[in-house]
Amino acid sequence: MKLTLKVWRQTSPEARGDFVIYTVDGANEEMSFPELLDLLNERLTAESSDPIAFESDCREGICGACGLMINGQAHGPQRGTTTCQLHLRTFNDGDEIVVEPFRSAGFPIVKDLVVDRSPLDRIIQSGGYITAPTGSAPDANLIPVPKDDADRAMDAAACIGCGACIAACPNGAGQLFTAAKLAHLNLLPQGQPERPKRTLAMVETMEAYFGSCTNHGECTAACPKEISLDFIAMLNHDYRRARRSR
Amino acid sequence: MPPGSIQEAWDNHRFSVRLVNPSNKRHFSIIVVGSGLAGASAAATLAELGYEVKVFTFHDSPRRAHSIAAQGGINATKDYHNDGDSVFRLFYDTIKGGDFRSREANVYRLAQVSSEVIDQATAQGVPFAREYGGLLDNRSFGGVQVSRTFYARGQTGQQLLLGAYQAMSRQIAAGNVELHTRTEMLDVVVDDGCAAGVVVRDLLTGEVSSHSAHAVVLATGGYSNAFFLSTNAKASNATAIWRAHRRGAVFANPCFTQIHPTCIPQTDETQSKLTLMSESLRNDGRIWVPLQEGDERLPDQIPEAERDYYLERRYPAFGNLVPRDVASRAAKAMIDDDLGVGPHRNGVYLDFAEAIERLGIDTIRGRYGNLFQMYERITAEDPYRVPMRISPAPHYTMGGLWVDYNLMTTIPGLYAIGEANFSDHGANRLGASALMQGLADGYFVLPVTIGDYLAAHLGEQPPPTDHPAFEAAEQEVDERVRALLAVDGRQSVDHFHRELGRTLWQQCGMARNGPGLEQAIHEIAALREEYHADVRVLGDGESLNQSLEKAGRVSDFFELADLMCHDALYREESCGGHFREEHQTPDHEALRDDDNFAHVAAWEYSGAEPHILHKEELIFQNVHPTQRSYA
Ligand SMILES: Cc1cc2nc3c(=O)[nH]c(=O)nc-3n(C[C@H](O)[C@H](O)[C@H](O)COP(=O)(O)OP(=O)(O)OC[C@H]3O[C@@H](n4cnc5c(N)ncnc54)[C@H](O)[C@@H]3O)c2cc1C
Ligand code: FES
Repeated sequence: MKLTLKVWRQTSPEARGDFVIYTVDGANEEMSFPELLDLLNERLTAESSDPIAFESDCREGICGACGLMINGQAHGPQRGTTTCQLHLRTFNDGDEIVVEPFRSAGFPIVKDLVVDRSPLDRIIQSGGYITAPTGSAPDANLIPVPKDDADRAMDAAACIGCGACIAACPNGAGQLFTAAKLAHLNLLPQGQPERPKRTLAMVETMEAYFGSCTNHGECTAACPKEISLDFIAMLNHDYRRARRSR
Repeated sequence: MPPGSIQEAWDNHRFSVRLVNPSNKRHFSIIVVGSGLAGASAAATLAELGYEVKVFTFHDSPRRAHSIAAQGGINATKDYHNDGDSVFRLFYDTIKGGDFRSREANVYRLAQVSSEVIDQATAQGVPFAREYGGLLDNRSFGGVQVSRTFYARGQTGQQLLLGAYQAMSRQIAAGNVELHTRTEMLDVVVDDGCAAGVVVRDLLTGEVSSHSAHAVVLATGGYSNAFFLSTNAKASNATAIWRAHRRGAVFANPCFTQIHPTCIPQTDETQSKLTLMSESLRNDGRIWVPLQEGDERLPDQIPEAERDYYLERRYPAFGNLVPRDVASRAAKAMIDDDLGVGPHRNGVYLDFAEAIERLGIDTIRGRYGNLFQMYERITAEDPYRVPMRISPAPHYTMGGLWVDYNLMTTIPGLYAIGEANFSDHGANRLGASALMQGLADGYFVLPVTIGDYLAAHLGEQPPPTDHPAFEAAEQEVDERVRALLAVDGRQSVDHFHRELGRTLWQQCGMARNGPGLEQAIHEIAALREEYHADVRVLGDGESLNQSLEKAGRVSDFFELADLMCHDALYREESCGGHFREEHQTPDHEALRDDDNFAHVAAWEYSGAEPHILHKEELIFQNVHPTQRSYA
């Protein structure tokens, strides 16, 4: 396949960035998107021009490291798919593909396609846990969890922390990421004691970094794990309840 | 080794280790390198105990550690199913699965604490799979005949890592853990024979700096990426343990590497990694190849009578659930005999048709939905309708830094936990046991044993970072970075890494022999020389430079690969994942030599050949080494 890539290049956080156009020959349908960039980088290295910085690690859709805007869509055109799981068979020979970093006020650009997503860690640090110091746990089967609750908690916990929801949101809101973690913990019996405190702390930290949610729904559409908007409704409900009881 | 029977050893040891009293713990600083399952669980627990903890990871977030990718499950001896499981049985299965090349006392302890690991994870909110009654569900993994594997869909590693990451996040917020992301450890600093700290490089600014502490813990994972193509995440590497090795930590059993039987076959030369399909699939999938060589028919056109379910045929007792080394070798034999399937004839079938017929498609989707989806994304084939194609690939490394019962390396004050150490899996790891071991080390073993070392140093300060030992190490790191940038050769880092991987895979992969290993040693040396003369690393050392990061890691892989081949050449027997073609039974099973090789081969760095060998004899008092049989 022959593809034309229009790639965002930016040498440092302060520098001005711009698109650079590259033609890539010799790609094939089996390749994943990061493999396409590998191929281009090999060529750039051979030509002594600086390879493109981009992130990826597991290359199987679970670590959340990869994340590119591909033709204006977070993780590209295929639903429920991370950038690293997107194979070139989704494109046609001769296509032009625009490749940008995850753009959002909350995610400053580090270099080229790499952004700083550390605010997501801050949200977790503010309360995204259940306090259970090592050694203090009772036997695991002492706390039965109805299968439906466990399954729903798992649906929410499947979030990979890639930040696509934020990149896709016109307001750069962090609701879906935060809601997924809150739902995971708030749905389980183990998570009940800290539920109000956790909800307040995480929502307030989220608001310090990210924009506000106006129910566009772009987040779910971009989410590679297809995490449901229902969890945002649950966040709002929990937040209102927690505020009332404060 | 602690005194007393194996059942009492851990209790006795816990009683006899020196303790640091709670108010003194804050006077001790501990560096943890790595924030995967082992590192994050250790950091959280040490901080809860009151130690001052610093964590380093080259990832942008602790949650990206390679542990996140573990799919299938985690073992524990809960015996919730009343199917005859016990601590002794898990111990026995692990020793036997490892082909009698691990240390009894460590493995027994692992089996003992496994059950607490499940309790701990559940209390943190890990959403393990449940039965309708609300209790925990289990599945089976290879090499065992009980159901003791706990799982969270196909994302068990993700959920366990998030549990540990969240516990560590709580400690970060409380100010007890200082987290350094995008920071790569490039050397261990040793002063007066003891670990004194680390030298790290900030991956965004290139700044090299030192950090001192009373003890250093390496939780930096395994080295399967020496093969270039493996199931590991792209950035997984051996630099931390290799640098520790060069500073005096002895490296144990480097040739014990695991080739996993169920990975998606390679499609072309440009492929960058291989993807695992969890072993749990072998609970319901049946492995087969056509009976007839070179059969080009599609799978649904091959009638039952013309298929060979070779694992069920050869190993009726364990069937598709034989251990990984056995399953991988059997698949290789089929592919070598031109019975392979798929466009490149490099796979075997893993077929769910019968299970879907028996259990219904929804049950199968519930059990493996995300794995099936992952497979479909990569191959564009629907495994609900067409059998999966799988083939063996490098996956896990049993070898690693040698550690004692306290998980301390041969450098006092330097510990290794998780996949980075060699401890519990002998010559072959059983499925769902790495997560168990990483978390057992981090939550329950290290936090106790590290006190024994620290207690003796109460009132002492680690050397300051302007101490000559730190300055010398920093300077070496600087020089190494500069040298890589200065070569300015013609070939990319990936080019060399691929070549190294090809040699290792051919000569030190699933089957090894003397002449092949000798040839590999020569090839690796030549390639390494060429690397340092002809590698091209563009850019500078003062900003984010991913080629430079890779270049440093590949240069350490070269040195480690040489040691792997030497170890494989030295071990004139077959055991577990180490298969020397010269040593096999008439039906092609691994043939151990207990008279001469019932020991750990622990290599000391000498800077040149010959590598210096130390042997730790393995003494079996509770199980009797036999020829493994899964038939
Ligand atoms: C695809 C896949 C599936 C698996 N499935 C299972 C399973 O179902 N069950 C099971 O039991 N096991 C499974 N395993 C094995 C298991 O996942 C690993 O053995 C285990 O997670 C390793 O954990 P760890 O904490 O030792 O290391 P890792 O998770 O690899 O973490 C290493 C950490 O060290 C850091 N690091 C490394 N070097 C440096 C350095 N120089 N400087 C700074 N930081 C550094 C990294 O940033 C990372 O944080 C699987 C493995 C793979 C590849
Ligand atoms: S690289 Fe891990 S999710 Fe894409």
